Amino acid sequence: MSSEVLKNVVVRRSTKVSRVFTVILVPVLLVLLSAPHWGSRGTISLMVEFFCYLAISQMWNLLAGFAGVVSLGQHAFIGLGGYMLFLLTIVFGIHPLLALVLAGIICAIVSLPVAGLVFRLQGAYLAIGTWVIAEIFRLAFFKVSILGGGSGISLPVEIADSIDIPPLGRDGVLYLAALILCILANFGAYAMLCSRGGLGVKAIRDNEGAARSCGIDNVRMKLIVYVASALGTGLVGALIYLNEFYIAPTAAFDINWTSYMIFIVVIGGIGTLEGPIVGTIVFFVLREYLSSLGSWYLIILGALAIAIMLKMPEGIWGALGMRFDIHVFPTRRRLVLDKGGESDVHPHGGAGEVTA
Amino acid sequence: MNVVLDTIIQGILLGALYGLFAAGLSLVFGIMRLINVAHGDFIVLAAFLALLIQQVLHITSPFAALAVLIPLMFIMGYILQRVILNPTLGKSILRPVLVTFGLSVIIQNGLLEGFSADSQKLQAGQFAVQSIPLSHGLAVGLFPLTTLIVCVAVIALLQWVMYHTKLGRAFRATSDDQVTASLMGVNWRNLFSIATGITMATVAIAGVFMGIRTGFGPSAGPDQLIFSFEAVIIGGLGSLWGTLIGGILLGVAQSIGARISTDSMLLAGHLAFLVVLMVRPNGLFPRRGD
Amino acid sequence: MSLLEIRKLSAYYEDFQALFDINLHADQGETIAIIGSNGAGKSTFLQSIAGVVPVAKECILFNGKPIGGMNAWDVVSGGIALVPEGRRLFSSLTVEENLQMGAYRAAKGDWTLEKIYELFPRLQERRTQAASTLSGGEQQMVAIGRALMSNPKLLMCDELSLGLAPIIISQIYATLAKVKERGTTMLIVEQDIRQALAISDRFYCFRAGRVSLDGLPREVSQDQISRAYFGV
Repeated sequence: MSSEVLKNVVVRRSTKVSRVFTVILVPVLLVLLSAPHWGSRGTISLMVEFFCYLAISQMWNLLAGFAGVVSLGQHAFIGLGGYMLFLLTIVFGIHPLLALVLAGIICAIVSLPVAGLVFRLQGAYLAIGTWVIAEIFRLAFFKVSILGGGSGISLPVEIADSIDIPPLGRDGVLYLAALILCILANFGAYAMLCSRGGLGVKAIRDNEGAARSCGIDNVRMKLIVYVASALGTGLVGALIYLNEFYIAPTAAFDINWTSYMIFIVVIGGIGTLEGPIVGTIVFFVLREYLSSLGSWYLIILGALAIAIMLKMPEGIWGALGMRFDIHVFPTRRRLVLDKGGESDVHPHGGAGEVTA
Repeated sequence: MNVVLDTIIQGILLGALYGLFAAGLSLVFGIMRLINVAHGDFIVLAAFLALLIQQVLHITSPFAALAVLIPLMFIMGYILQRVILNPTLGKSILRPVLVTFGLSVIIQNGLLEGFSADSQKLQAGQFAVQSIPLSHGLAVGLFPLTTLIVCVAVIALLQWVMYHTKLGRAFRATSDDQVTASLMGVNWRNLFSIATGITMATVAIAGVFMGIRTGFGPSAGPDQLIFSFEAVIIGGLGSLWGTLIGGILLGVAQSIGARISTDSMLLAGHLAFLVVLMVRPNGLFPRRGD
Repeated sequence: MSLLEIRKLSAYYEDFQALFDINLHADQGETIAIIGSNGAGKSTFLQSIAGVVPVAKECILFNGKPIGGMNAWDVVSGGIALVPEGRRLFSSLTVEENLQMGAYRAAKGDWTLEKIYELFPRLQERRTQAASTLSGGEQQMVAIGRALMSNPKLLMCDELSLGLAPIIISQIYATLAKVKERGTTMLIVEQDIRQALAISDRFYCFRAGRVSLDGLPREVSQDQISRAYFGV
């Protein structure tokens, strides 16, 4: 290519679909924001759950799908976030909403030494290592008697009442918090991936050796993503248990949290931002119809996840997105010939696009 | 002094079982770089199947049930690898980890459906409680001692297969260079399935011994996986004897923890694991050149 | 009928086409040299026959049977053995174990461990050593011995001289001549033209994935070979 053509090449990221989506987004957000007015208690409750599951799934996806770190122990931060919330409000008398933010930050800080240990392992061993850490947390909290030990602890009424802020009320406040966290999780992940750091992270996922030779500090990048993921997961964990008004070690550090995250991301489409959204929807639909089956529900989920991993590993969104080349959250950059510029040299092919 | 000695002996006897748990994990990882996250659940499944076999065939001794269980689990492992796990092998660990994680969920909930959440135990009658007196007032349980002997014997057998048979040579060669091994005539699809079959056979033995030793329920799998994993990390990746020693060290750590207080047992083991991870991430006896 | 017949063989290495419609044949007992510069497709060619690179079934006929795309482990039990480029010994196995691996799916034949040690006495001294501790030349001997252990009807050698000192290369080719005397058909891929042409009955020159010249070594000039090799 001559320099004439190069002068007119620009980097674009938005696609037609994403531009449409941005336009739709505003009214959708308004509708969601106003839900406490028009929604029934049950609906609001369901939506809070939806936002929480979506948020933690995006976090897991960020870690595994983009940074290539498979964690089987993210539930450590759900439990830790929840317990930190209870600790800060009950023992230190901090306002619950502030405590929620602090709980997330504490999880982010704790994730540093955890990463220091766990990153010494590779691949699948790392995955199990994270699971061990979660187990250690669980056992540790059994011994913390000021937080109820093995039988858990309830959130005192005064603390619960302190988030009863008119005109929203307790439920409304929790709903908004969940919505905000979910939006932050999704757009935070998006922003991260669109940044230069994000490009680096994807490079690591695709080929670690090549990334290193380009000067990308693999460990540092993975660490940043791990901490971000812990922050997000911790914040949601704190919210979940603020919502529950009760916490106990076995439920807070239940592996099922991780099972659900994995299921959602795998079914929806790992490594895409739209995937967890699709996955959460599918998850809730399935739960609606299958939860009455008890253990069979989880068996079916497990079998479905295996089948998808074997036959359609890119997940529902991956398959659709590939087929129709739809990117609602475009993170890929394309080199596009700026048609406005003048050039004597015509490139081969049509629009002259190269994607990365 | 007696207390110290007794604690250590109990730890060794416990740890040998962990070594056996871990041997299967270590074997498969060494050959095909695959970790079966459902490994612990298969150990628990083996214990439940032993129970079932005893009921269906009216066998009183769980050891006798092994005669059926071992070939059964070998076949199960062969088919599992051939049909489900072979397709997941490749550069990314995502597929094997997530597929085996899915298996873990299925097994746990399947056992819950089939057997209820109640804790079960395999009955070995008097054998389980007899003890052999040693000097200085110490005693060693007959069953734990047998467990130690069996675990060491199984690992010795695995080592023998790996280093003195044609099959073992093929395992090691394929682990070094899969493509060149296929140039020698090694069909990796079949070979890997045999490896998983062998691992499942050891899991059958491990499951029965575990089931006699402690109560087990459908969700006991992850604990066994964690013990296996910690034994492997402490002992060193890729060495079967190292894995046994790792298991024993884990057992001793847990035993010491149990002496301190009953709910410190597991934490003490985890602590030992963390210390080794910090100080020697490759374990105490890593395979040279790995 | 030729022992090995290659008809319009095309092969791809990931997205990139490495071979374009190769035609070649080798008769029973012949030694065929395949020469060409780096990237000409010589290794891909041998790997296609060995079953490592997938190709269309009818492109490769061995003893009249189409074997293109067959799995590598079936190809070797059918009587074709490859000494891979770069030796590729099993590093955690001893010399003897490496040789024994060669016999994993051996056909009936004369080659045994003893016969290999007769051919390469140095290896007998080192039989219990780890293969990775051997010198380059000794490793090459192990690789050749390993391939012979399967009693192949067709032996394929990929760049035997790579990284070896000239005196070692001569020794190895002298040994190869003994293998030739026993009537084994051989395909020898080499960048070292002199040795390859000296031992072969016929040769093919590859350039950019195609056959650029073929014939009898004594009937072509240095000039013709250079042109076919480099394309100038």
